[in-house]
Amino acid sequence: MANDPIHQFQISKIVPIEIGGIDFSFTNASLFMVATVACAAGFLYFSTSQRSVVPGRAQSVAEMSYEFIANMLREGAGSHGMKFFPLVFSLFMFVLTANLLGMFPYFFTVTSQIIVTFALAILVVGTVIVYGFYKHGLHFLKLFVPSGVPGALLPLVVAIEVISFLSRPISLSVRLFANMLAGHITLKVFAGFVGSLGALGALGIGGAILPLIMTVALTGLEFLVAFLQAYVFAVLTCMYLNDAVHPGGH
Amino acid sequence: MFVTSAYAQTAPAAPNTPAAPAGEVHTETGVAHGGEHKGAFPPLDSTYFASQLLWLVISFGLFYLLMKKVIVPRVGGILEHRHDRIAQDLDEAARLKAEADAAVETYEKELAAARSKGHKIAETAREAAKTKAAADRTAIEAELTEKLAAAETRIGEIKVKAFAEVGQIAEETATAIVDQLIGAKASGDDIKAAVAAAKTEA
Repeated sequence: MANDPIHQFQISKIVPIEIGGIDFSFTNASLFMVATVACAAGFLYFSTSQRSVVPGRAQSVAEMSYEFIANMLREGAGSHGMKFFPLVFSLFMFVLTANLLGMFPYFFTVTSQIIVTFALAILVVGTVIVYGFYKHGLHFLKLFVPSGVPGALLPLVVAIEVISFLSRPISLSVRLFANMLAGHITLKVFAGFVGSLGALGALGIGGAILPLIMTVALTGLEFLVAFLQAYVFAVLTCMYLNDAVHPGGH
Repeated sequence: MFVTSAYAQTAPAAPNTPAAPAGEVHTETGVAHGGEHKGAFPPLDSTYFASQLLWLVISFGLFYLLMKKVIVPRVGGILEHRHDRIAQDLDEAARLKAEADAAVETYEKELAAARSKGHKIAETAREAAKTKAAADRTAIEAELTEKLAAAETRIGEIKVKAFAEVGQIAEETATAIVDQLIGAKASGDDIKAAVAAAKTEA
């Protein structure tokens, strides 16, 4: 099944664990979650361990990602939103590292599992709801009642607002999941053509150049997508957190 | 577009090559086969949802704690420290600049003072030289005038003396001439009178 473009998403048990009849096995997906955390945390930890005033390359990258997210959050949710900085920074670094690790051949892409991205999206929206009610009480519901809407239109507008709010975890998770999934399948399919065509003899090898070029180009595109999706995830998280900090302020 | 045609080439070729691996055929219908063999589409397969959630909570939770407790304070501290350091350095630079400006001002003031002092010294020296030259000139002029006056006096004296001697010479000459002419000695008083008369006529 080496050429099966779906095979890369197959989960296999490494250490079977079962608690109360539920399968909690340590799988290849779990392995790469741990690897993602180890890579991201290890990089951030060791690159900043010098605490140089004049940063080296690695420390510059760590500082750049910190400031990148800090600016994004400050613009998106204001200075009150900065208390969510560790969350947004963790989400961004986790998604980015998981996406980039997935670019290695034979590596498992953690973010290509809908349950993972959905859990992360629920974490974001859950934070928004919990913090919104904790901080503003029932005023948080103003989020669904935009000011300056005529009374007759209000029920309709409120319904739309509620539906758009409820669809946020779905759109947030499906966007990341679908991008990673589709990208990796496309890459695998074109890479599979190279092998299949190459097995056909001289003409096939000539023809295999085209999917090979496509594979190279797609690999570059996938690196862009890997970063872009992490960025989009973080930006949307900032926007949603803004609702928790300033309900009715949009 | 190109790749689609390449794909099309693969399809009829596959049955022509008996040695083609089974996986190659699966490439085209991978999704369907995957579905047949494994049940659900793997990324949507709920078999491992519980396991994935558990391990995500463990790994991401650890990651979040590490970020919150270690990385974010550390990087924030580095950036803040640098920010402070830069602000401090800027202050220091501003202070040094002010000092340098003050030094330049002092220097210019001193330069101006020195310049005016130099002017004054030169002026004094020039003035002194002028005065001395004038004094010297006056002294020399006075000396010369004095010498001139002395000379004039002497000339006058000589003149007077000469004139006086002229009378005597004339008398002697006249006596001699009269002696020669008349062979008799003229009286001194007569000659003197005659000479005096001639002198006054002359």
